[in-house]
Amino acid sequence: MAEAGTPAPRTLFDKIWDAHVISDMGDGYALIHVDRHVVHDMGARGFVGLRNRGLPLKHPELTFASADHAIPTSPTTPWATYSNPYLENLRESARIFGFTFFDVARPGAGIVHVVTPEQGIALPGSTLACGDSHTCTIGALGAVAWGVGQSELLHILATQTSIQQRPPNMRIMIEGPRPNGITPKDIILHVIRRVGTAGARGLAIEFAGSAIADMDMEGRFTVCNMAIEMGARYGMIAPDETTFAYLKGRPYAPKGELWDQAVANWRGLRTDPGAVFEREIVIPSRDLAPQLTWGTSPDQVIGVDESIPDPAGETDAVRRKSMIDALSFVGLEPGQSLIGVPIDNVFIGSCTNARLSDLRLAASYAKGRRVAGHVEAWVVPGSFDVKTAAEAEGLDRIFIEAGFQWRDAGCSMCGGMGDLSRERVASGKRVVSTTNRNFVGRQGPGSRTHLASPAMAVAAAIAGCIADVRDL
Amino acid sequence: MEPLIEIVGAAASLPLNNVNTDTIAPTRPRAQAGPAAIAEREIDATALFAPLRYDAQGAPRADFVLNRPGFERATILLAGSNFGCGSSREQAVWLLADFGIRCVIAPSFGGIFYDSCFKNGILPVMLPADQIDLLIAEVGAGAPQSIFSVEVASGTITTPGGRKLAFDLPEFRRSALLSGLDDIALTLRGSDAIAQFQARDRAARPWIYLPMTKTP
Ligand code: SF4
Repeated sequence: MAEAGTPAPRTLFDKIWDAHVISDMGDGYALIHVDRHVVHDMGARGFVGLRNRGLPLKHPELTFASADHAIPTSPTTPWATYSNPYLENLRESARIFGFTFFDVARPGAGIVHVVTPEQGIALPGSTLACGDSHTCTIGALGAVAWGVGQSELLHILATQTSIQQRPPNMRIMIEGPRPNGITPKDIILHVIRRVGTAGARGLAIEFAGSAIADMDMEGRFTVCNMAIEMGARYGMIAPDETTFAYLKGRPYAPKGELWDQAVANWRGLRTDPGAVFEREIVIPSRDLAPQLTWGTSPDQVIGVDESIPDPAGETDAVRRKSMIDALSFVGLEPGQSLIGVPIDNVFIGSCTNARLSDLRLAASYAKGRRVAGHVEAWVVPGSFDVKTAAEAEGLDRIFIEAGFQWRDAGCSMCGGMGDLSRERVASGKRVVSTTNRNFVGRQGPGSRTHLASPAMAVAAAIAGCIADVRDL
Repeated sequence: MEPLIEIVGAAASLPLNNVNTDTIAPTRPRAQAGPAAIAEREIDATALFAPLRYDAQGAPRADFVLNRPGFERATILLAGSNFGCGSSREQAVWLLADFGIRCVIAPSFGGIFYDSCFKNGILPVMLPADQIDLLIAEVGAGAPQSIFSVEVASGTITTPGGRKLAFDLPEFRRSALLSGLDDIALTLRGSDAIAQFQARDRAARPWIYLPMTKTP
């Protein structure tokens, strides 16, 4: 029991939430202040809505945009003259409304969820919304960040606020050392397998535990990126010295005295001892093998050393049916090992795994090896700045020499929309992809996706089939 | 928005769990003539449920509920749990609305999808799965045996057989549906509260309101 006068212990999420409530709307709903609003090319329609209604953009200085979904990533794109209707709409809207727009192929350009932390736009303790479900990525900084639909996006443009329902909290403790060759992606795939695609539905997840504390910032983005694949609206990690060191000196981050003041405030951003979580689970990270998906749902995951589960052993009828459908779609058999399954494409990219550390890791395995002759393998950096930094280290040479395509920044094949849907995996083709969704048709109609880490993606590219990176 | 007071019509059952937004609306960006061609909403009516509705050759599947006689004009959808999970693409809601669906009844919804329904004149109703099973059992072979009614003010579903089931709604959502008042209009009315919040917050967290330009 809290003593009279002592505030009740609160979760990290609730502290940030409470600090952003403008008004209570009843039934758990509140009008929430949005500190940062981020718009991508497909969300640029919101500005059309604003114009249609004759409304001004409430806070151009808190609004940021980048074009990522529909742009091409071909290294031969003539960027000086390139355009598409969505990009043109963003450019024109930026001129009319005066928000910051990172135009293509220049510093600050790239996938929104890679750009906002990298530029220091997203900050601990802030709220950030974007018309994209993977906005939960940003929670890794200790922010409350969520994806919205088009109508809510328009609401934020017009009001800098959002109507949201306070979610119940869940804590996922990931404990133990991370075995060699095991990446944050393996950890989150394993967590999703344990929790299920609906296991955190509507919840705000706080990831904690020693495996998270030991993880660098980029790995934490990978973990939070996939919170939505468990149905969560939010994923987050308490900010610590790793977070502050990552943000310090970033272009849009506070500087000087304001930085010190901000950090002092951010140090208080942690869950109080005794705060109540509606759900809490502990998942050990030791003994993990590299993980990958075998089916058409992000929780259909196995360790590379396991065999595909048999639907006959599944007692839940609904889940059994979805396993049978998934197997028929991906063309695999129960009991089969994934190792040795031939592949056609490899995609290293996306807001899950296209930051500098991901590319370094991939390059470390690609170095001195060759992509199998029948495999088309792409490396698509998450942002222009990631690409520049990777090139400064010579990672592009390593990939190109190994037979990978080294491309420009963007979403590309991740959502099957890159270059107005020309960048997609062909029907019937099998891809090992570092992305976050393996839904039917996600990377192009009829495409079959196996989600995995950048290390496992390289192993597959080299072997020409699914392989264990530890055997490389 | 039009006020949404009562929905009367055929209920189509689609008892699949985890139907995601890519299944509801697998639309793709297209190269239009120019920026003026970008609409606030892009509707490709044929895309609704495309992976379920058509076969590999693009012909309608006779066994898909919305292709069956009596359900081509369904206004109510009886769905499985976690309906509308996946991405934030509101096309899923727009296509349902465009088809004529005004009410989706499911044990649970994807969060973004649920919120977007209210903003597009669709009533999302959460009911326990066993109650939905009862509703599905009452869906007849086609109209008029499958005509249900859903009343927003009282929160009542009436089945073709006359059974009544109650459901809950957040109060502000209910009154917004009944009045047809749109969220933006509602929030802009409270602009003072927003200004006061920002003034307080600016003092407490000045770094959030930096003139947001690159600082050297
Ligand atoms: S990289 Fe993929 S998941 Fe991320 S924002 Fe782009 S399309 Fe969405």
